[in-house]
Amino acid sequence: MLPENLKENAIAASLEQADSDLLLGGNTDHNELTLDVVPEKILGALQTLKGQRFERLSTVTVVDRYPMEPRFEVVYHLQSVSRNLYVRLKCRVSGEKPEIDSATAVYAAANWYEREAWDLFGVVFKNHPNLTRIMMPDFWEGHPLRRDYPVHGYKYSYQSE
Amino acid sequence: MNETLTPAATTEKSQHTRRMTLNMGPQHPSTHGVLRVLLELEGETVLKCTPDIGFLHTGIEKQCEALNWQQVITLTDRVDYLANLSNNLCYSLAVEKLLEMEIPPKAQWMRVLLCELTRINSHLVWLGTHALDIGAMTVFFLCFREREDILRLFEMFSGQRLMTSYIRVGGLALDPPRGWEKRVKTFMDTLPSRVDEYESLLNSNPIWLKRTKGVGRLPVEEMLEIGMTGPCIRAAGIPMDARKMMPYSSYDKFNFEVPTSTDNDVYARYAVRVAEIRESIKIVNQAMAGMPEGPVQASAPHVVLPEREKMKTQMESLIYHFKIVTEGFSVPAGEVFQVIESPRGELGYYVVSDGTAKPLRVHMRTPSFGNLQALPNLIEDRMLADAIAIMGSLDFVLGDCDR
Repeated sequence: MLPENLKENAIAASLEQADSDLLLGGNTDHNELTLDVVPEKILGALQTLKGQRFERLSTVTVVDRYPMEPRFEVVYHLQSVSRNLYVRLKCRVSGEKPEIDSATAVYAAANWYEREAWDLFGVVFKNHPNLTRIMMPDFWEGHPLRRDYPVHGYKYSYQSE
Repeated sequence: MNETLTPAATTEKSQHTRRMTLNMGPQHPSTHGVLRVLLELEGETVLKCTPDIGFLHTGIEKQCEALNWQQVITLTDRVDYLANLSNNLCYSLAVEKLLEMEIPPKAQWMRVLLCELTRINSHLVWLGTHALDIGAMTVFFLCFREREDILRLFEMFSGQRLMTSYIRVGGLALDPPRGWEKRVKTFMDTLPSRVDEYESLLNSNPIWLKRTKGVGRLPVEEMLEIGMTGPCIRAAGIPMDARKMMPYSSYDKFNFEVPTSTDNDVYARYAVRVAEIRESIKIVNQAMAGMPEGPVQASAPHVVLPEREKMKTQMESLIYHFKIVTEGFSVPAGEVFQVIESPRGELGYYVVSDGTAKPLRVHMRTPSFGNLQALPNLIEDRMLADAIAIMGSLDFVLGDCDR
């Protein structure tokens, strides 16, 4: 359903037109358009926006709202260079089984950003071509950017004995 | 060790050629930092390229969540150690947007001036090291001579050559030092002729032209799709520059061009960056000429530390001082994605606040990470020697990439 405050917005309206169950809400705080998207339908939303000259995916990241549930917000920033616009898409996924479809099928740039998000937050991107650790070493256990992961880690020293 | 990244000495043998896996880096001089690239070669042709990053991952985003809003500034310096003031600015703008704070004009002009000096500094380091990679050694010494002058200016302003932390939430850290105009002006007067000097060394150098012209082309749609920004995308003909598209910090009041080229090769990226140095000189001169009078910090007592003298004489200032120093200031809940044009491309800070004195999340969309992702597309099916030139032309900083 298109929320009341976004009735005037052309981008939100076009997404609503493509699929009426796609949007959950949104706002235009600080003059930045944020749209809450149903996680299962994120690929459809990205595809629709790409068709509207949003040529590039600027970044994909995650915000951990621990201990709230659904815990993770997967955040996509898209830019239209020709229309000089930014839009932020947001999907809330649960902490129990955090997973969402990979955006690499629509935007190739999502590849490394999703690897980083998986590495640091443990959100699984389904159908990703190579979902491996990118920042942390391959043997690392846990996902360090989660809010319940201590800043200093779990050990006193990480130097090998 | 990840399977896909394990080097195998000889993977395949045919009649005349045999494939070889070459492990370039992490301690290779032309990777400009600690980047490891796995190259699968057949003769001198690169068949497959797999970049391996993360050697410089220092968990800056995690540390941001443990510090208060103003302390994070010192970490943003360390993200991109060649463009620290751009990072300071981007973070400050994001937090100021959340605080809905008005910055006085003098602070805005000073920020523009310093960010353009940063751009010149970064481009000089890039030009020197890139030329050195390709074999032109003299340019390196000349560029670093001028870079030293810029670092001395930064030291004069902030007391630090590299990790300046000079741009703060709410304005600048300090008033500009006495006599700064003269020092900046002296430098700006000499710089244009120095840039001519670099060009005279390179533009007609047959080796330089052979190594750079026509090398490293990629269709522009693919570049946009994979996330490339900055001088690389401008050298492909798209005038994408946040200073013009989404002006911040009064950039709309300055008169400058966005240099572009349509050649889309290593030489075009060099030409665009040199033209950007000249535009930056124009901007710095304009900022010097039109520098407004007034304070360099916003009048926001709950965010900006009071003057020392006031703190000692006025009760109210003392209370604010105590509150800011002990717990920091809190920022209204919300989220902001602030984009600026760093020397390397689109730098974006996604800052989320939950209304407390520490950020809930600071995500840095750094240009090097996006540009480096295009490395396989640029290098594969080309000669190994070109790989060095192409890598240099991307101008990545690994600290910026790994954070």
